[in-house]
Amino acid sequence: MSDLNKLTIADARDRLRAGDVTSVALTEACLEAIDGAGKLNAFVHHTPDIALERAKAADSRIKTGDAPAMCGIPVGIKDLFCTEGVASQAASRILEGFRPEYESTVSAQLRDAGAVMLGKLNMDEFAMGSSNETSVYGNAINPWKVDARDLTPGGSSGGSAAAVAADLCLAATGTDTGGSIRQPAAFTGTVGIKPTYGRCSRWGIVAFASSLDQAGPMTKTVRDAAIMLQAMCGHDPKDSTSVELPVPDFEAMLTGDIRGTKIGIPREYRLDAMPAEIAALWDNGAEMLRDAGAEIVDISLPHTKYALPAYYVIAPAEASSNLARYDGVRYGHRATLGPGDGITQMYEKTRAEGFGMEVQRRVMIGTYVLSAGFYDAYYNRARKVRTLIKRDFENVFAQGIDAILTPATPSAAFGLGEMVDADPVEMYLNDVFTVTVNLAGLPGIALPAGLDAKGLPLGLQLIGRPWEEGALLNTAHVLEAASGFVSKPEKWW
Amino acid sequence: MSEIDLETARKVAHLARIAVPQENLPALAQELSQILTFMEELNEVDVEGVEPMTSVTPMRLKRRQDGVTDGDMQAKILSNAPDAREGFFAVPKVVE
Repeated sequence: MSDLNKLTIADARDRLRAGDVTSVALTEACLEAIDGAGKLNAFVHHTPDIALERAKAADSRIKTGDAPAMCGIPVGIKDLFCTEGVASQAASRILEGFRPEYESTVSAQLRDAGAVMLGKLNMDEFAMGSSNETSVYGNAINPWKVDARDLTPGGSSGGSAAAVAADLCLAATGTDTGGSIRQPAAFTGTVGIKPTYGRCSRWGIVAFASSLDQAGPMTKTVRDAAIMLQAMCGHDPKDSTSVELPVPDFEAMLTGDIRGTKIGIPREYRLDAMPAEIAALWDNGAEMLRDAGAEIVDISLPHTKYALPAYYVIAPAEASSNLARYDGVRYGHRATLGPGDGITQMYEKTRAEGFGMEVQRRVMIGTYVLSAGFYDAYYNRARKVRTLIKRDFENVFAQGIDAILTPATPSAAFGLGEMVDADPVEMYLNDVFTVTVNLAGLPGIALPAGLDAKGLPLGLQLIGRPWEEGALLNTAHVLEAASGFVSKPEKWW
Repeated sequence: MSEIDLETARKVAHLARIAVPQENLPALAQELSQILTFMEELNEVDVEGVEPMTSVTPMRLKRRQDGVTDGDMQAKILSNAPDAREGFFAVPKVVE
């Protein structure tokens, strides 16, 4: 075993450019690690042939001396991204056998930058879940383990987080609708950033809730997040919500200097039931930023407690509309029909067989809140509350706050199966600190900041001003250096 | 607490075009009721005079010429269909 799979993107890039290592060697190390990690169930579609072919091409390109930073870097792609000719199922039975004839813009940008796709990564079905337990492929498993239990890597980007934490790839793509990049990053001791809504094209990414969905990188370090995010961002005429703004050199903005910046600590995030360890982690994080020269300011985001219920109106409403396309006609699964079954039975049976329980639940809730007579009471009210939530952030930014520090999750990773008997709302509470960011369209980053008493990673979240991912990454970079988190899960798989 | 009765649950399932067996309706109705109760926390918020959000970033959607930009890919479009015949998607008989 060469251990090349354990490199960061930044180190691998430098060594590739120095001619010290080849992309083929990096790729082979990752493929070997993936082969030995079947127990984690992180990679669900393997593409070693594509990987080696791209690695060879990357090696030639690097030799010409004109290769972008991601050239030759082996990455995993969340199953939510459509990848040409390669199964793209959103972890759902309803897309069984679907092989897109096209490539999502984000994965195409990575491919064109020379990144090497190792395969597709496990996730919650249609990105609906916070534990990767709704996947048609079965649970992805967290490489962190402290007792006999298998722990969740979080969700929905659970496979991405598990793969990065276990060094099966150098980095992975994720998507985040209510916390699906940041919560799994926190549960696995990795870094995940959701950029500002509109930074990354959503074209070719299976849609969940279009006004909330954003893609982002999941990496081992903040620097890697900066490098990979840069390759993923940019305007795309095929997504009318993708913004026409220049993408700055995020890595160059990691100066390590945050003197004079104002960091807000929102009092509404201090939940009554918050575990002492999380509260201490948060306080320590604020202290570290203060030591680095930032000013820590107590702030108020008064509508925070309404973010989760607003989210669980808006996201299912959009999902019920987006998922209407799965009708058994154009792609994916179609139920076997009985004699006399017409087109309505075909739709109803196909969708009952193809969608898992959580997806069915959300589609039905969305259908209900959009139905005549309830639209105003639920959907329109939720959209008004969303306006107020966004206004809360605008107000604190107008007061000069540069970034906001919060915990990333209300707990460390929990055991798979432990939430089976919980009602759906309890699972939704996982997103309590992250979901506001999607509703307000802001950039947010989760990074590991310590271990709990059992030895499991805990993460902090930084929320930035719109389009200021560079400054946000720089603050995260400072926090990362100060907290000195270097722990890795011990290999048991 | 919001109560979704069996008849409403059946209606919602049908609107969503998802077949739900009769025996599963009570559990579904109960779950939907729980979620709606949770959503009703929103009723505490004063939203008088607040505009419902339509776009999270203040942007005008771009316009372009209303013209054909792509096409001629029938085989690609049909390649994933569960049942494609003679260049069309095939479905059960719709009109008697």
